[in-house]
Amino acid sequence: MAEVTMQVWRGDDGGGQFAEYVMPAVEGEVVLDVIHRIQAGPAPDLACRWNCKAGKCGSCSAEINGLPKLMCMTRMDQLPEDEPVVVAPMRTFPVIRDLVTDVSFNYTMARQVPPLKPRAPEPDGTYRMMQIDIERGQEFRKCIECFMCQDVCHVIRDHEDNKATYAGPRLFIRYMELESHPLDTDDRRELLRQRMGLGLCNITKCCTEVCPEHIKITDNAIIPLKERVVDASYDPVAWLGRKILRRTKRSALEAALDAPAQREPTRLETTARTGSLAASSTPAPVPPPVADGSSERAVAGGDTGTAVSGGDTGTAVSDGGTGPGT
Amino acid sequence: MPDHENHDYDVVVVGAGGAGLRAAIEARELGQRTALVCKSLLGKAHTVMAEGGAAAAMGNVWPEDNWKVHFRDTMRGGKMLNNWRMAQLHAQEAPDRIYELERWGALFDRTGDGRILQRDFGGHRYARLAHVGDRTGLELIRTLQQRAVTLGIDVFMECKILRLLKDGDGTVSAAVGYWRPTGEIVSFTAKAFVLATGSIGKSWLYTSNSWESTGDGHAMAAWAGADMIDMEFVQFHPTGMVWPLSVRGILVTEGVRGDGGVLRNTDGRRFMFDYIPDMFAAETADTEDEADRWYDDHTNNRRPPELLPRDEVARSINSEVKAGRGGPHGGVFLDIATRRSAEDIRRRLPSMYHQFKELAGVDITAQPMEVGPTCHYMMGGVRVDADTEHSTVPGLFAAGEVAGGMHGANRLGGNSLSDLLVFGRRAGMAAAEFAQGRTGSPTVDAAEASAVVAEAEAPLGREGGESPYDVHQSLQKTMQDLVGIIRTEPELRQALDALDVLEERAGKLSVSGGRAYNPGWNLATDLPSMLTVSRLVTSGALERRESRGGHTREDFPAPDGELGRVNLVQRIDADARYTLTPEPLADMPAELKQLFEEEPH
Repeated sequence: MAEVTMQVWRGDDGGGQFAEYVMPAVEGEVVLDVIHRIQAGPAPDLACRWNCKAGKCGSCSAEINGLPKLMCMTRMDQLPEDEPVVVAPMRTFPVIRDLVTDVSFNYTMARQVPPLKPRAPEPDGTYRMMQIDIERGQEFRKCIECFMCQDVCHVIRDHEDNKATYAGPRLFIRYMELESHPLDTDDRRELLRQRMGLGLCNITKCCTEVCPEHIKITDNAIIPLKERVVDASYDPVAWLGRKILRRTKRSALEAALDAPAQREPTRLETTARTGSLAASSTPAPVPPPVADGSSERAVAGGDTGTAVSGGDTGTAVSDGGTGPGT
Repeated sequence: MPDHENHDYDVVVVGAGGAGLRAAIEARELGQRTALVCKSLLGKAHTVMAEGGAAAAMGNVWPEDNWKVHFRDTMRGGKMLNNWRMAQLHAQEAPDRIYELERWGALFDRTGDGRILQRDFGGHRYARLAHVGDRTGLELIRTLQQRAVTLGIDVFMECKILRLLKDGDGTVSAAVGYWRPTGEIVSFTAKAFVLATGSIGKSWLYTSNSWESTGDGHAMAAWAGADMIDMEFVQFHPTGMVWPLSVRGILVTEGVRGDGGVLRNTDGRRFMFDYIPDMFAAETADTEDEADRWYDDHTNNRRPPELLPRDEVARSINSEVKAGRGGPHGGVFLDIATRRSAEDIRRRLPSMYHQFKELAGVDITAQPMEVGPTCHYMMGGVRVDADTEHSTVPGLFAAGEVAGGMHGANRLGGNSLSDLLVFGRRAGMAAAEFAQGRTGSPTVDAAEASAVVAEAEAPLGREGGESPYDVHQSLQKTMQDLVGIIRTEPELRQALDALDVLEERAGKLSVSGGRAYNPGWNLATDLPSMLTVSRLVTSGALERRESRGGHTREDFPAPDGELGRVNLVQRIDADARYTLTPEPLADMPAELKQLFEEEPH
């Protein structure tokens, strides 16, 4: 009977290594199926996240042969047959255990997005929006929050410090969704420029390449956002207009600056006490730095982020299956 | 009991799908200190998988639609076993709940004049489902999630609740569980608890449900002494994927049929014309021509039989396959390719297009999909007061799939998302009111909590016991084979015996590894819920000696007049004994009864 060789990263924030599992090959399976069979067999405590198993919930993100993918949508028969399949956790986030990472960074940044501020409804209490005007927003709302775009973004993948002041591609599409929302009356441009690090993105499009929903993150969200922010900051006519008209519309940044910690903290951050997802009282905490061990688990290509640039990215792990962590 | 982390709130909501989120939002907006506790990350609950839409009689496409028509459709779909008051509230309030989502940022597909577009679905007389392509659940959960975050609701993610504990006076006062990332014990004290834990499908082999759907809320309510109703009614969705085996059970939205897809057997025949039941004959087309005309003209034509309620379609598929007219993998063919243009299919059903392309290598714009029934939805659950969602246990509320009554013997597609919103909000409101009225501080009974913790921890310390995965697989096989879509008395009795054995096996599990993010241990702690719920389902199925809605007895193939007037109420008493009592349905007021005497045309 045909077999598949799986090399799965096992460990926690103290470090770890790749473990090899040789499993019978089963027709039509995806990587997650094989992980489940490993759990039901040789490694009952192998940790991974999953929910829908149909590419709709974005839970089972991992780096498969060096490329970020959903394990539930990666068919085994589409991977090279004669090589081991290497499965590692997303590198940009601290490891909790095995394939499970602490993605609380994304939830922290999501909490800072000023919500929709809708205009007044029609006299009948409802809204009219034309399909053509919401299509861009609907594209962004396809996002399943797999966080693979965040995982491959060089700004935070290679520079942990940036996480404090960088929303990342997932949140940029959220901002663009709101900015292009036909009902919205808020202005988040200065917030994006000053606090969300929009300028740090250098448009390498890695995020767009890995998006399982095929959202054109760079072209349809980040670039238009950058243009809008530039217009807001440097357009002399707009500047003069603001001066003269003393605009009544408060920007989201002004609101944020006026009331920095008004919002009650939510339980989305890691605390030292439980090492899990309990409360913190700081309004915008920085996730803990990546522990020593987890930087060693990088499976693909050093500090340049080549893992996501296509091409031969599996090479870093084909050297005997123990991975660089050992 | 070792010292452990405790959090105190006014209202604690367990489960962060649509119902839990909506309940927490309401309680928080009413000024309550509110916590939301969920087994997965926020935004990953099973609601995310809902595809077709949320049913609400907004009348945007068919102005003739109104809450009375929706109410009537819902009751008939539920074979009149529904709690009429819930069905009424649901039909009346669903439109407001949809418009509210729009104010919170949801972007539903639009009509030509810019209103919310509505789609056809099985059992609904008019196109009624507000939707976003075939990813409506994602839109709904994301909108609610973003609203909850805006309100600053405390969210405890990846936290599993094991048990509810009660005060001396029988009011629920605490919940004990553990953090999945660390395995550390945590408890919550609160003045009111809302269960919104969703479904039970993980006890079956082929299911559209995720790993979370282990019936935790159903079981915890039953263990706390709550009345459970209609537990025999499990919905098998007619169209799940059947091939490859590893994706068997994954949902294929009813929207495929709502948008023109038809079911064919291996001879290419649209077999649903052969299975139109008397109850729906007057409003169902009996020729292909009429059925096809209906999509453009609902007024002068009757609905295609492919859009009969789910129980009817699932049974029909089952019969076709049994008669040897199925496809190569034991399903039938769902054909949209010959009915709509490739562009239309990709635009209206993008998730289905990708799902089949990527998982099965099937291009649904050119080929038919092979589909078959899959365990999908639990109609039965915690018996609640229709207006407040208060269970029979003080301080315990339930909303969404964990609550029973709303859908009777069979749920119509699209009525679940609207159910979550309508009753999630009502549960949050009533829980807030209950919390405000409750005096004294809820406490954790240390001895009781210790016993819960000890039971959960036992497999971690035990050597040489069985793997939880093996017991789970046996349970799935038992329920699939013996308590599936077609049931008989001997098989149900066999299932009860098998459950005895499984319970014994589950009491002697061993898991390797530590406490931190250990899925083997997590499964071991989910098994008690699954076993309890499986027993309730099987006991109810044995007692209901008739066929109705989602419950089909081969040995009693017809509906029974007497049984059609009762709910089967099950309880677990203080000595862990299961009891079952038929109790009469609430009497429907005359003005609602009237609706069922009017002709559909």
